[in-house]
Amino acid sequence: MPEPDSAVQVRGLVKTYGSTRALDGVDLDIPAGRVLGLLGPNGAGKTTMVRILTTLLRPDSGEARVAGYDVLAQPDEVRQRIGLSGQYAAVDENLTGFENLYMVGRLYGRRKSAARSRARELLARFALEEAADRPAKGYSGGMRRRLDLAGALVAEPTVVVLDEPTTGLDPGGRLDTWGVIKELVADGTTVLLTTQYLEEADQLADSIVVIDHGRVIARGTADELKAQIGGERLELVVAAVADLPATLEVLRQVGTGEPSGDDHTRRAEIFVDTGPKALIEALRRLDGQGIAVQDVALHRPTLDDVFLSLTGHGAESASKEAAK
Amino acid sequence: MNALAKGISDGGIITWRNLMNVRRNPDWLMAATLQPIMFVLLFAYVFGNAIGGESGGAAYREFLIAGIFAQTVAFNSAFTVIGFANDLQKGIIDRFRSLPMSRIAVVLGRTTSDLVVSVVALIVMSACGLLVGWRIRGSFWDALLGYLVMLMFAWALSWVGALIGLAARSVEVAQSLGLVWMFPLSFISSAFVPTQTLPAFLKAIADWNPFTAVINATRDLFGNRFGPAPSGWPAENAALYAILCCVAIIAVFAPLATAKYRRVASK
Repeated sequence: MPEPDSAVQVRGLVKTYGSTRALDGVDLDIPAGRVLGLLGPNGAGKTTMVRILTTLLRPDSGEARVAGYDVLAQPDEVRQRIGLSGQYAAVDENLTGFENLYMVGRLYGRRKSAARSRARELLARFALEEAADRPAKGYSGGMRRRLDLAGALVAEPTVVVLDEPTTGLDPGGRLDTWGVIKELVADGTTVLLTTQYLEEADQLADSIVVIDHGRVIARGTADELKAQIGGERLELVVAAVADLPATLEVLRQVGTGEPSGDDHTRRAEIFVDTGPKALIEALRRLDGQGIAVQDVALHRPTLDDVFLSLTGHGAESASKEAAK
Repeated sequence: MNALAKGISDGGIITWRNLMNVRRNPDWLMAATLQPIMFVLLFAYVFGNAIGGESGGAAYREFLIAGIFAQTVAFNSAFTVIGFANDLQKGIIDRFRSLPMSRIAVVLGRTTSDLVVSVVALIVMSACGLLVGWRIRGSFWDALLGYLVMLMFAWALSWVGALIGLAARSVEVAQSLGLVWMFPLSFISSAFVPTQTLPAFLKAIADWNPFTAVINATRDLFGNRFGPAPSGWPAENAALYAILCCVAIIAVFAPLATAKYRRVASK
């Protein structure tokens, strides 16, 4: 039986396309009012999951309940309670911002006056008031995405599904969109967010589910996942290739696991738990041995690092395989 | 609200949305009005004089008008095809399908807005036809019925276009698929020549072609005669047969297009 406080509950979901298993027995739960980040490379099954939860696609087997209703048996009840914002902004370019939101409100069954006032309210909240009566054709990428997000919120849904909300946006547009999503979350809406970027899930999600080839390969908070892969990556370039073995030895002492080095680029790297502290310690020891360092950097773990550590292959190669 | 009322109400909203798109998109308006004008003028003068000869030119021009009307409203179903292909490509169909709206509304709204485009096209063509000498020689009510048959035909073909648009793999495919079946259908008919002039095999097809029925019915109702009256059951009962054809097309394609919409995935 579904737990009453689960806004989204998925059990053993399977969807195949020919011989490809897009979803291969996925379970997940989102407690009411929380944000779940569904993280994975292209082709991992994120969009298939979104399409099933929003009643756009029927699974082959398994069960999915959204806002307490079965997506297969009670799709209309589900549709009343969800808002979807897709991978690309599904706004009608020839309608104005206001008309887009008014139309969506009417299609949710709102009366004309209610649809009008809700549209104006959302335009103000998403900083689109000035552009409200211009056709969306002239909007920037970030503005379109905001309008699309606003469209997902017209009916004050219990559950909002955001499918890669920042893919294809420039850094400014991405920050902009993050701000809007954070505000949404503060309202207590339950959110399923899919993304290819760990940083994005880190910023916005309470917990993260990592999927690859349609299977869940890890779940937990962002911190738990990062701890699993050993924190940040410390990268050094030494001036002389002869110093590389000594440098690797120093890194072994300050970091976790086995360092890797490359004679050709004179580069050495290792995962570290303690971030800047480890960096300072490494530099101090290298300086003590008289080893000259040309370049140094501390990288936050990327999705690729997560994948490398969880699957032994990078996200890049995972998506290439999935594309086959 | 019951399902029918909800379908009509949601369909009305979609119709409004599509018509706003036409209004804000000058290319569409151009295509919807310029092409019919061109067709009337080209056919009237290029074919009119060649086929009708010096004495029959005017009569042949009158004969042609119903054919041009039918071909134009039929070609307008390509707007339905392209409209759906575009909405699919842009992800708008996904948004509609995730909303608690009637499952028939998007298809109903599209065929209805394209019907409005055909009304505009018929008005423009009629005005143009009057300029080149075409006249309605029957009663007002007969003429009105003629226009209604023409619009019913436009609406029926629009449902066919909806299915094609929802099934097409891309906008480009939709563009060619939307028109290609129109050519044999509109040319192997009584649109431009009396079917008696066709070889026996083609004549049989042309006589039973719904295009022929719609055109013959409209010609009769407008009172535009040229050459000997066509014979055979479909020709003698042209209006009845035309209406039956339209009803049959809608009865087959409306459920197919709606079923396709329910399962369609964005590209």
